[in-house]
Amino acid sequence: MSKAILQTQTQCYHCGENCKEEAVSFDQKNFCCPGCKLVYEVLSENNLCNYYQLQDSPGQTQQNPVLGERYAFLDNQEIANRLIRFRDADSVHLRFHIPSMHCSSCIWLLEHLNRLDGGILRSQTHFIQKEIQLVYDPSRTSLRKVVEKLHEIGYAPELNLNELEQKTKKTQNRSRIYKIGVAGFAFGNIMLLSFPEYFAGGVYHGNDFHKAFSYLNLFLSLPVFFYSASEFLGNALLSFRQRVVNIDFPIAVGIVAMFLRSIYEITTDSGPGYFDSMTGLVFFMLIGRNFQSKTYDWLSFDRDYKSYFPIAVSRLTGQKEEPVAVQDLRINDRLFIRNQEIIPADVILISDQAEIDYSFVSGESRPVYCEKGDRIYAGGRLQGSPAEVVVQKVVSHSYITQLWNQSSGKTEIKSGFQTMVNHISRWFVVVTLLIATLALLYWYPQDVSRAMRAFTSVLVIACACALALSAPFTFGNMLRILGKKGIYLKNAHVLEKLADVDTVLFDKTGTLTHAEQAEVHYTGSRLNEDLSQAIASLAQSSSHPLSRMLARHLQADGASRSSVYDVKEISGMGIEGNHTPYFIRLGSRKFLQDEIPDQDVYRLSEVGVQVNGEILGYFQFRNLYRSEAAPLIQDLKNDGYRVAVISGDHEHERPYLESLTGQKEGLKFDMQPLDKLKEVNRIQDEGRKAMMVGDGLNDAGALMHSHVGLALAENINNFTPGCDGILLSKNFGSIHRLIRFAKSGHRIIVISFIISLLYNAGGLWFAVQGTLSPVIAAILMPISTSSLVIYTVLASSLKAYRLGFKK
Amino acid sequence: MSVILLLIAFSLLIAGGFLLGFLWSVKTGQYDDDVSPAVRVLFENELNHQEVSNQPEQYKSKNPDAV
Repeated sequence: MSKAILQTQTQCYHCGENCKEEAVSFDQKNFCCPGCKLVYEVLSENNLCNYYQLQDSPGQTQQNPVLGERYAFLDNQEIANRLIRFRDADSVHLRFHIPSMHCSSCIWLLEHLNRLDGGILRSQTHFIQKEIQLVYDPSRTSLRKVVEKLHEIGYAPELNLNELEQKTKKTQNRSRIYKIGVAGFAFGNIMLLSFPEYFAGGVYHGNDFHKAFSYLNLFLSLPVFFYSASEFLGNALLSFRQRVVNIDFPIAVGIVAMFLRSIYEITTDSGPGYFDSMTGLVFFMLIGRNFQSKTYDWLSFDRDYKSYFPIAVSRLTGQKEEPVAVQDLRINDRLFIRNQEIIPADVILISDQAEIDYSFVSGESRPVYCEKGDRIYAGGRLQGSPAEVVVQKVVSHSYITQLWNQSSGKTEIKSGFQTMVNHISRWFVVVTLLIATLALLYWYPQDVSRAMRAFTSVLVIACACALALSAPFTFGNMLRILGKKGIYLKNAHVLEKLADVDTVLFDKTGTLTHAEQAEVHYTGSRLNEDLSQAIASLAQSSSHPLSRMLARHLQADGASRSSVYDVKEISGMGIEGNHTPYFIRLGSRKFLQDEIPDQDVYRLSEVGVQVNGEILGYFQFRNLYRSEAAPLIQDLKNDGYRVAVISGDHEHERPYLESLTGQKEGLKFDMQPLDKLKEVNRIQDEGRKAMMVGDGLNDAGALMHSHVGLALAENINNFTPGCDGILLSKNFGSIHRLIRFAKSGHRIIVISFIISLLYNAGGLWFAVQGTLSPVIAAILMPISTSSLVIYTVLASSLKAYRLGFKK
Repeated sequence: MSVILLLIAFSLLIAGGFLLGFLWSVKTGQYDDDVSPAVRVLFENELNHQEVSNQPEQYKSKNPDAV
């Protein structure tokens, strides 16, 4: 085995990351970290190297391979039972969600798990849901071993509270697909049977075939009317009872009118009926609905704290340590938290010190240093050496979970678009009924049957299909286009609401600023080249975020690596090492025994440099604002939106933010998660529609209560709080264009409404005269529908192209 | 001419059979995941091939001194 430190930038054979810091070479391949190398070793030992043949660098980076007792709780039978779906004497069935599954290599490896652990009998992936179904033999392996194996090869399953509670996952609703199938079948056959009617005209009438075909049509349309169209009819009935007219109402009127009129015509042998138009309408309408309800199965928009908290923690009773399910924690329980474990409840630290990474809670990636007696909030992740804590509040009452408890009883505000559609629907129904009645009254004295014909014809032709179809196709198309760009909206409703927004609220840390990068400033006496190299390599040997940022910063100045020896890291304090002739110490003021200045500076993250007992200066870390932040805010303001920033941070950033946003008001600091929520509510109470852009759990309340909540994610597998849409951070600069896009969607739909009204007017011309033949209806209906669908899809794609969402 | 009626009856029966086939395939979840089965088909062949030809090598690589 050879191990060498590489000078050049190479890509990791396993995960494709740049081998930045300590590259490891093994088997003539380069790896970014020992973790990746380990996975490669495991795979090559088991003859699984095909994994690398299917895709280049398919693996997950293994920068944090610490396992230890992390999964010890799975040995606890009670907890294990909650995860197991089915068991008998010699097999246990499991199903896990594996967020990191992303390519064919993943499928291949996950389906060949039995080579890594002989006890695994079967494993099958479900790529769309990112799930794996496993069957193992309990006499040969255990739940813990299976999970640890998965973790080891970089596919750690998602194990959290939510997963436990949703054990009986809802089966996918496929009924709409059945309905489409039935409607399509009937539509095709009825069209075919109606062809003689279209072309033969009068010759055909009175023929035996005519009668047989008509009754066949009637028979075929029954399942469409009673089954496929049930969702329109049912919704219309419901809306009628509640005395609100929604979009389904005019559709249902049309369908019922066509159905009854057709039955009448066929049974009295007075005509062929409109079954072709009716089934076609139902078919297209269902396709439209289905097109719109495109969902991202593998994303979760409704996450709450439960999908973030662990299943179990270690509780100490006396000297004994036992795993306990998080829900069963009681106040004053003593817990033992290990490196990288999440603290599930509000606790008090009883160990001397600990470092807590609140990045999920606040978006701030730098860990917070805590001392004995400090309060640690739920959601923090312990970094470094293990710690003992005492529970102060049970999980469901902890500070962070209150955000969710608060939100019950939230009333959903209707988007302006919906109100508009319902408005139009109401008018549509009223006007149609009025015209139909007028036609009836006009013809009644002259010809009763013609009067009836005119009445029903109006109802048939004035069907609001365009009204019902243009929105689904426009929004469905837009959702798809955005999804390809990495903007994942929960549903079409979000697009409607986006267009109403008039105020945009930003979180600061992690949203306006980069989550993982920082600007580094150095204040103090000058460091010579040799010394700064030594500092860089010393910082490199620590995994602390600040050290890594420092190492990266000094590297960027062109410093090459040099050796440091006798390195000692004191967790939560700093690091020290020798580089002849220097003895260097890097760390907090406390570590260097410097005096602690006033609170304002205390807020800044800094690393002090002490060489041979003398403090030379401090490296200070500032949040690095995204380069898109300033232009985005400017663009939003130019478009007439109000912009505000609600930050959990201290005031010291105020001057900078004022210059960034170009305004003095609307910048709030020191906002706790609940304050953010209240601020959003306050703005909405003023009658404004707020969009919240945030990233962490601390924004969760605000995201939920805002009109539209968008969560920013660096990586789509990352945790995002519950929201209306997830935005990959590379799209941060497109937010104003996203709103424009949503607004253009409205315009497109309004135009298509107008087009459809023109079609309707044309059809009505025949209808009021009582001369609308089924042929005209059968031609007009598909032409109007398809031309509208084509218009909406083309127009929205063109707009997307202009706004840069589509190439 | 009435043979046409018979033909139509047959065609409807056959089409109905396809409709049932479609409903069945949706119900059994054949459209749920369109990625892994497609990829899996390719694996199976290659797996058998590997097991036959690479058997000795597998034992060799388990030897700790081999690398």
